[in-house]
Formats: sequence, C-alpha cells, structure tokens
Amino acid sequence: MALNIVVCMKQVPDTTEVRINPETNTLIRDGVDSIINPFDTYAIEEAVRLCERVEGSKTTILSMGPPQVESSLKDALSVGADEVVLLSDREFAGADTWATSYTLAAAMKKLKPDLIITGKQAIDGDTAQVGPGIAVHLDMPQVCYVSKIREINDEVAIVERLLEDGHEVVEVKLPAVLTVVKEINEPRLPSLKGKMKAKKTAVTVWTNDDLDTDPECLGLTGSPTQVSKIFSPPKRGGGEMIDGENAQEKAETVVAKLKELQVI
Amino acid sequence: MSENKLIISADKCVGCTKCVKQCPFAALEMDGKLAVVNDSCTFCGSCVDVCPTKAIILNRAEQKGVDLSAYAGVWVFGEQKNGKIQSVVLELINEGRKLADSLDEKLSVVVLGNDMDAACQELLEYSVDYVLQIDAPELADYAAEPYAKVLSDIVSKRKPSIILAGATSIGRSFLARVAVEVKAGLTADCTGLEICEKMLHQTRPAFGGNIMATILTPNHRPQMATVRHKVFKEATKNGGCGGKIEKIAVDDNKLLTSRTKRIEFITDNETTINIAEADIIVSGGRGMGKPENFALLEELANALGGAVGASRAAVDSGWIPYSHQVGQTGKTVGPKLYIACGISGAIQHMVGMNSSDTIIAINKDPDAPIFEIASFGIVGDVFEVVPELIKAIKNK
Ligand SMILES: Cc1cc2nc3c(=O)[nH]c(=O)nc-3n(C[C@H](O)[C@H](O)[C@H](O)COP(=O)(O)OP(=O)(O)OC[C@H]3O[C@@H](n4cnc5c(N)ncnc54)[C@H](O)[C@@H]3O)c2cc1C
Ligand SMILES: Nc1ncnc2c1ncn2[C@@H]1O[C@H](COP(=O)(O)O)[C@@H](O)[C@H]1O
Repeated sequence: MALNIVVCMKQVPDTTEVRINPETNTLIRDGVDSIINPFDTYAIEEAVRLCERVEGSKTTILSMGPPQVESSLKDALSVGADEVVLLSDREFAGADTWATSYTLAAAMKKLKPDLIITGKQAIDGDTAQVGPGIAVHLDMPQVCYVSKIREINDEVAIVERLLEDGHEVVEVKLPAVLTVVKEINEPRLPSLKGKMKAKKTAVTVWTNDDLDTDPECLGLTGSPTQVSKIFSPPKRGGGEMIDGENAQEKAETVVAKLKELQVI
Repeated sequence: MSENKLIISADKCVGCTKCVKQCPFAALEMDGKLAVVNDSCTFCGSCVDVCPTKAIILNRAEQKGVDLSAYAGVWVFGEQKNGKIQSVVLELINEGRKLADSLDEKLSVVVLGNDMDAACQELLEYSVDYVLQIDAPELADYAAEPYAKVLSDIVSKRKPSIILAGATSIGRSFLARVAVEVKAGLTADCTGLEICEKMLHQTRPAFGGNIMATILTPNHRPQMATVRHKVFKEATKNGGCGGKIEKIAVDDNKLLTSRTKRIEFITDNETTINIAEADIIVSGGRGMGKPENFALLEELANALGGAVGASRAAVDSGWIPYSHQVGQTGKTVGPKLYIACGISGAIQHMVGMNSSDTIIAINKDPDAPIFEIASFGIVGDVFEVVPELIKAIKNK
C-alpha cells in the first residue's frame, strides 16, 4: 500500500500586518510579507508524516496563484514535499471559493490522489470553503477540522475531528478530502537536505491549457460572489479608566458601576 | 466568451499611485510613472473609483447567471444537535425575518434530523412562516454528504433566494458543499446582512479582522451566507405568525448514502459551560503566567455565575483547553459581561469578543490595546485586582 497525497497550499499576506489607513480608507501593504497559509503548514506536515508512516507514498503540493507563489512552493519542498505544482493563468484570476475549488479539482483529476489534505481555512479570506468545495467537484467525502489521523489504509481512514464541544471520531472511505486544524501536529523546520532538494526540484507550472475545464467556471467569470467594497472595521470606543488608590478601591468602584448598570 | 480586462490608459495616467494604494490584492504596480496591472488582479473595480483622471477602465466578462426572478423565500438552516435546535438558529430567525419582510418574501426554517416533531412545533412559536421538516434516520446526526445532497435537492426544486446558516463547524462545512452542488455564491462568517435593491449585501471580516468586506452575489441564486454566532440578537417567542410545518419526504434513497461513519463522540469533559452561550465570561491571557492561576479566574467566574475563556496565547501554552479559546480561530462570544485578565487585545482576540455588551480589562500595561475597546479599564496586576473583585462581588 502506498498513498498518493495532494496538499492544497495557498500563499497569503501575513494578515497580522495588513491594515487600512483610517484617513484614506486604503490598504496599507508596505512591508507585508507573503507566507504559506499557516493552516496549510499543518497539512503539509501531516502529509509528510503519512509518507514516513506508509512506505512508497508521495506528497504533492498544489497551489493556485500568481508566479510569485513559487517561493512558497520551494519552502514546502524544503520541509519534505516530493513534488510541487503551480496553477497559474490569467484565466484563473479573481476566483472566489467556487471557482478556486473547481480549478483545483480539475488539477486533481490529473494528479489522481488517494487523499487530499487542505488547511482548515486560509487566513486572508477565512472562508474554510475550498476543501469541501473540492470534495464536491470530485464527488468525494470530506472530513473537516481533523485533529488526528488515527489509522489509514488504502480503503479507509479513521480520524478525529475537533468540534465546538469535543472530538468526533469518524471513519471515511478513500479517496477523501481532509481539512486539518493546528492541533494535528507541530510542523518541522526545513532541513539542510530539504533545502538542497528544494533548490534542485523544479516547480511544475500548469496553465489552463493543461487542464480540462469549462471557461465559464474559471476566475472571476466562474465566481458567483463578488467583493463590492472594503473598509475599516468600525471602532468600538473605549470607555473610562477606573481610578483608585489601590486594587481594592478600583475593584469596589467597578463592581459598584456594574451594579448600577444592572450588569450583575 | 468576452474576457475580463483592466485597461489603464497610458495617456490619462498621471502616476499618482492612488490605485496602487487602493488595490486590496496588490495587483497594481508602478512601472516608472505609469500604473500597470499584474496577474493578481481580481477585477474588483476598486481602483476604477479612486482614479482621479479616469484612466482605468474595467471590462467585465459577461457572466451567465440564472433567472433571478424564479427565486423567492428566505431559508434558515435549523441546525440541531442530539435533537436540540441550536441557539444560533434563533438569531438567524430574528435576522431572517427582517430580510424576508424587506423583500416581502416568506421565512422558512429547514430542519434536517430524525423525529424532530416537537422541536419543529416549538419553532412555530417564533415569527416563522414555514418549518420544512425532513426526517430520516440517516439525518439524525450531521453527516456531510447526506445533509448536503438532501438540502441541495430541495433547493433545486423550491428555489429560495437566500439561505442562512450559523457559522458553526457544521454550518460552514455543510453549506460549502451545498453551494458547489447548486452553483450558488456563499459568503462565510458574516457579521452584517442587509437588503439593498433586492440584493443581499453580506458584510464580513477579512484579513483576520483587520478589514471588513461587503460581498454580493449578482447573478446566481440562492444567495448563501453563514453568520457568526452572537452577532445578532435571538428571536423571542411571540406566539408565532400562524406558520405551518411541512414534512418533506426524501424519496430518493441515494441522497442518504454516506461514505463517512461516526464511530463515537468524545465530549470535552473539561468544558462545563460552552463559552459561546455564556452571559458572563472571565478570560485569561498570557498575563496569567501559569495554569494554576486560572483557578483564580474560575473563582471569579463562579462568583459571577459565568464561564472561563482564554486568549490563544494561554491555550497554546497548554494552560487551558482549546474549547475555551476566544477569537478568530476560537469562538465568537457576545456575553453581557466580558472580563479580560492579562490579555493584550490583539486584533485576532478582539474580533471574537468585541460585541460583548460590557467589557472590563485588567492589565498592568496602560498602553495595552484592549483598553481601547474596554467599557471599564483597570490598570493593575491581575493577582491583586482579581482577588479584590471576588471580595467586592461576594460583599455586594
Ligand atoms: C492566524 C492567527 C489567528 C489567531 N487567532 C487567535 C484567536 O482566535 N484568539 C486569540 O486570543 N488570539 C489569536 N491569535 C493570537 C494573537 O495575535 C495574540 O498573539 C494573542 O491573542 C495574545 O494573547 P495574550 O493577549 O494573552 O498575550 P500577550 O499579547 O502576550 O499579552 C499579555 C498581556 O498581559 C499583561 N500582563 C502580564 N502580566 C500581567 C499581570 N500580572 N497583571 C496584569 N496584566 C498582565 C501584559 O501587559 C500583556 O498586555 C491569532 C494569531 C494569528 C496569527
Ligand atoms: N488558491 C489556492 N491554492 C491552493 N490551495 C488553496 C487555494 N485557496 C484555498 N486553498 C486551500 O483551501 C483551504 C481553505 O481555504 P479557504 O476556503 O480560502 O479558507 C486552504 O487552507 C488551502 O489548503
């Protein structure tokens, strides 16, 4: 038994640094780095670990985006991925989650994976829709928020998924899509050997000509949703700072205020 | 097929860089004194509006859509767990009612489950026009495939204009499947919904809460959205509006098959109260220093009848389980009172709690960002202030 695993990886801006200039209402992007979507680093790590667990297995990283994504794909090679594929074409630009999952699924048809792993969500859009979307396009089952892969063979996987109030243990038939949360593992750092391999391995680039797609389903044209505007989140104004000689006085003042407001 | 094109006129462009700064997707660059577009362009059009010399023209490819007039009705997904309708559904009923009224359409709650008679009957005590009840043993617990297949089937037949679900683990993964099955637009994790010119304007945080975006679905139906818990107020029982239950049988067994099987459910036994439902939350961050110190917060929460929450820093340190985490990658909460102890107020934390009615922040750093949103700020050491708070509350 050997597993052919494909991990979906997105390059995203480091969102902790993205801000809107409150005066001009425009994005401040100066010095914002592009990184591998943090949740996808867990997906990559899990695939690499499965390859270590199940001999003969292979991890391919698939990403859709502009040419600069190549740098992130090289990073993925340096932590153990075997092959990397970039889907890059003007036709793909402006895709929402519908068109993104459609395009990724079209590439999957060529890669024929037994297991697809994606991150739980991408931190730029935070939608968590692309994983389930790929599953539907390929008519596969899906398990979201996977925090552990207990067992896996060529037919089924038994996984734990993290829900609001606990863990659900689920058996899923393969091929399947799993989306993973950060509890699943601790991603490794790149090794020297990995970095060497990253240098030597070429990024496979596919354009739309390499895929069998319906142009009506691609990019902005294939996207039901459209961004109509962006703006800064409304500021919640601060209230009052509590004065007092010491902790006791401050505590008593605040409790009195809460009583007055009938909060407690 | 026509193509999407963004054209920048070299004659008109004065090199002011306004468009470059405006572009949310880093798709415009300066080539000398001229703005040029690169592959990241999503043709959103925000640059067109800011260009002072009208040098940018956007040609959008024609989009084949559906006949919008064939779609009517607002649907709310009546998420249930163990047969119990989840509280987010009541929030959606409240908001869905407003949307339905402004469209002059009907509001329906769709309940997938097994033996849901009593729960469906109870839903009629709210202002709901229809409860669509789909009972089958296979639907007792959530399973991605049958849930999505069954709902997609009914959506294709009945053509609602809007579908809302809670942005819960179930709602988000479930609607993502349905949206692809029926080729609809889905906007995740909305915090604002509004009807303008018959179109649903869906507002949601993006880029980790640093930015808000408004999303439209111009040519496709239904317009689907998952909605963040605790953003909208719950509907209250008002005797209903004469609504009816309609039972829908699943006649095609194929729709009910599933390639996943639930083996067991392990309840997180450390969570006694679900913080997403709590009215009072006492949260601790890195400033609590070590796990034992959470006992202090527990004591304060007990004195107030509340629950204990945490920042990601505290969860990542292993001081408290993930189910207590508040924020972008944790839970969204909206209690009457939120007490933040030793939490700095990172944007990712604040997006999860800034709709709380009253916020108290205790932090020894007077410049901590959390004070910018706190109703009452106390500059001080948590280990001095919290014990005094407990005393003051017990004495009140
Ligand atoms: C993609 C992504 C998602 C994230 N999701 C979340 C999320 O869901 N939830 C979340 O919370 N964070 C999230 N974060 C992390 C977030 O950016 C912050 O790192 C985190 O919230 C910081 O937690 P903190 O406030 O407890 O710690 P710190 O920022 O270290 O703040 C500790 C505070 O305690 C104060 N303090 C220390 N000692 C005392 C004392 N004795 N008395 C009083 N005050 C004291 C300090 O002055 C300081 O302000 C996310 C980050 C990323 C990149
Ligand atoms: N353009 C893309 N290329 C490759 N993978 C993607 C892309 N967009 C999303 N994904 C995958 O889908 C997951 C969920 O993304 P999202 O639905 O955008 O939150 C991410 O963690 C990635 O694994």
